[in-house]
Amino acid sequence: MWSARSKAIGDYVKRCVCSNGRFMAGLVDHRSNPFGSSLASGVAETSRHALPFPCNMAAPFLVRRFESTLAGKQLELLHAGDADDDQALDFPGGKVTYTPEMKFIWENYVKRVPCYRVLDENGDQIMGSNFKEMSKEVALKMYNDMVTLQFMDTIFYEAQRQGRISFYMTTIGEEAINIASAAALNDDDLVLPQYREPGVLLWRGFTLQDFANQCFGNKDDGGKGRQMPVHYGSKKHNYLTVSSPIATQLPQAAGIAYSLKMDKQDACVVAFIGDGGTSEGDFHAGLNFAAVMEAPVIFICRNNGWAISTHISEQFRSDGIVVKGQAYGIRSIRVDGSDALAVYTAIHTAREMAVSEQRPVLVETLAYRIGHHSTSDDSTKYRPLDEIEYWKMARNPVNRFRGWIEKKGWWSEKEESELRISIKKQVLQAIQVAERTEKPPIAELFSDVYDQPPDNLREQETELRETINKYPQDYPSGFPF
Amino acid sequence: MATALRRLGRRMAVPFFRVREFSASTSVLQNEQSGKSMNLYTAINHALHIALETDPRAYVFGEDVGFGGVFRCTTGLADRFGKSRVFNTPLCEQGIVGFGIGLAAMGNRAIAEIQFADYIFPAFDQIVNEAAKFRYRSGNQFNCGGLTVRAPYGAVGHGGHYHSQSPEAFFCHVPGIKVVIPRSPKQAKGLLLSCIRDPNPIVFFEPKWLYRLAVEEVPEDDYMLPLSEAEVIREGSDITLVGWGAQLSVMEQACVDADKDGISCELIDLKTLIPWDKETVEASVKKTGRLLISHEAPVTGGFGAEISASIVERCFLRLEAPVARVCGLDTPFPLVFEPFYMPTKNKILDAIKATVNY
Repeated sequence: MWSARSKAIGDYVKRCVCSNGRFMAGLVDHRSNPFGSSLASGVAETSRHALPFPCNMAAPFLVRRFESTLAGKQLELLHAGDADDDQALDFPGGKVTYTPEMKFIWENYVKRVPCYRVLDENGDQIMGSNFKEMSKEVALKMYNDMVTLQFMDTIFYEAQRQGRISFYMTTIGEEAINIASAAALNDDDLVLPQYREPGVLLWRGFTLQDFANQCFGNKDDGGKGRQMPVHYGSKKHNYLTVSSPIATQLPQAAGIAYSLKMDKQDACVVAFIGDGGTSEGDFHAGLNFAAVMEAPVIFICRNNGWAISTHISEQFRSDGIVVKGQAYGIRSIRVDGSDALAVYTAIHTAREMAVSEQRPVLVETLAYRIGHHSTSDDSTKYRPLDEIEYWKMARNPVNRFRGWIEKKGWWSEKEESELRISIKKQVLQAIQVAERTEKPPIAELFSDVYDQPPDNLREQETELRETINKYPQDYPSGFPF
Repeated sequence: MATALRRLGRRMAVPFFRVREFSASTSVLQNEQSGKSMNLYTAINHALHIALETDPRAYVFGEDVGFGGVFRCTTGLADRFGKSRVFNTPLCEQGIVGFGIGLAAMGNRAIAEIQFADYIFPAFDQIVNEAAKFRYRSGNQFNCGGLTVRAPYGAVGHGGHYHSQSPEAFFCHVPGIKVVIPRSPKQAKGLLLSCIRDPNPIVFFEPKWLYRLAVEEVPEDDYMLPLSEAEVIREGSDITLVGWGAQLSVMEQACVDADKDGISCELIDLKTLIPWDKETVEASVKKTGRLLISHEAPVTGGFGAEISASIVERCFLRLEAPVARVCGLDTPFPLVFEPFYMPTKNKILDAIKATVNY
């Protein structure tokens, strides 16, 4: 119901004999100013520090022929309209002020939305930056997990190259987003991953052995060997199983979050997506449903500049993803994805807003995909090597965070080399064990299609077993019969 | 879209098209002495009331369901159970089903309405790649078995391309979901409650032509009818007819007319299309030696083809004639040509005679 039905509509309804119930039942809720919270404010930086992030270069150079619709002016008009109902249109959804000016909202921007960061490239705190303090213990676990992720990626990637696993996708360049977002969440927040977020699972205690078991599809893989490598999932860790289709998890996130809301849980949903995924219809569906249902979802868009070979200039004409939030009525922020402290702070704050105010939040992180899209991709075919090298060396998120903890006196060269030796050993060990472990039994091919196997699947299983008995040479070994 | 739908919804209230009598199975009518006379949409409405009443974790949502829905199936639900459990969604089918999958994944009964089956295609990815594989791909760590997607399907006399289609065959090619279609009010209530409570995601197509036209005695209590069990609704000895949903009433009229010519027809309601009850159809065809399948959807690639192939595999030596299919034409569903497109009683009657006299 309109909290305060306007005088104009009141007058009209009095005059109108044929008004019906449906017209009266407009569902509009005037909420408090969504920009009122100080929690959402980021730190704007000067252009000197601007990220050389891939962007659509055409837009900033367009000549602006009409006056822009500045927020300040809109605010003035709004107040003017409040004073006089004749200056405003009572429309479902709330009052809209009139203007005699024929003015289009311009499509481009004077200045791109700034990117919140705390640490510079060397890991020094930027003067005046505000961030969420973290303990030494949390910082060291974050660093440990970021390094672990790097080793896992390097060694699993090599294992694929050696033909030991069928496929792999690295997270190189996005370690901070993975680990810092996980660190800022509660472990009972439900995560709906895209596919480049194994760090969240790592943070929550999914072991290197668990990762290796999934990639080898052996009997200890929770997914029973049914999906390609990196399609992790773990009920125990509140991490829903990865599915390859892009963005399908976003409307599901709204549904899960609505359930949390109904159950009054002190938890939220975190849904990850890449820049390419924002072009999918499900991106629209997910954000719009979450906004309308006031569902506590944090949408984390990892804008890494590339969707396989598709550059973001071929993906959209907007200033990235952060600007899309407002159109859905969703609070949004852009964060430097190579800055673990900034990601940690932004996600921590987003979580507070999502849970306490029961609303979705959109976080766009900017960090480059340093690795290829997957082991099936060679990204040097479509992007310059020096671009990759620049991000790998000059803007490396793990090195930056290491710089910070070293300056804090929490980390030393000695500890670094011990960590590296230990992790490398653990990863190699996990791969060896996973490789030796037998495959899931044949019965698992037919289970879980439904809660109980229907007759057609029972028949097919019987037939297949007969065929395997007859032609064992046609089938791979290692599958318990 | 919604405007067009609302218009059609209102027009549904006035059955100006040729009245299509529904004669429910005699066994149902004979067996059921108690109950209340109601039409199909009311029976659906009763089932939804019971579903929400018996499970506090049940939700009903979709386009325009808040005020009762364009076909009135959700009448009174929001008033009784509140707007947090019965609510309108944005006009976005992939969003509705995706949202429903998420809700179901948390142990809720998510009862989603797609306003017309013709508009289910934006949700195809969510149904095929997400709902159907949710349990399997996670090694049974997660499931969305509480999801039921309801959608009115089929001809209605004036629906044209986009308010008439029967898209069931698309969904019958998807392991992991069930597809269920009721033929009458009593069946609709019992099957819908089974679908809602079944631990697997289900697409439930409702024959919209019958929403108001089909009336029978429906028990007022909470009852469920088994899934994946076909029902012989008319016994006969010369030929087996298999169908589902609204088409069964047309097929039954053909059976009655064939009977006048001395041909004894056995009519089977498949009810659940996947996983389907092959045994009941097989047993019948082994008895009659002949099979005819009829559905409104285009004949090529329709579910009739699957039934035909399966029964030929199982009953080849018992068959006295080729399996006959009397189905929709391989055209888009046409507005003014609808009477020509449809698998009508006389088309079926001719096919019965041709098969029996083969």
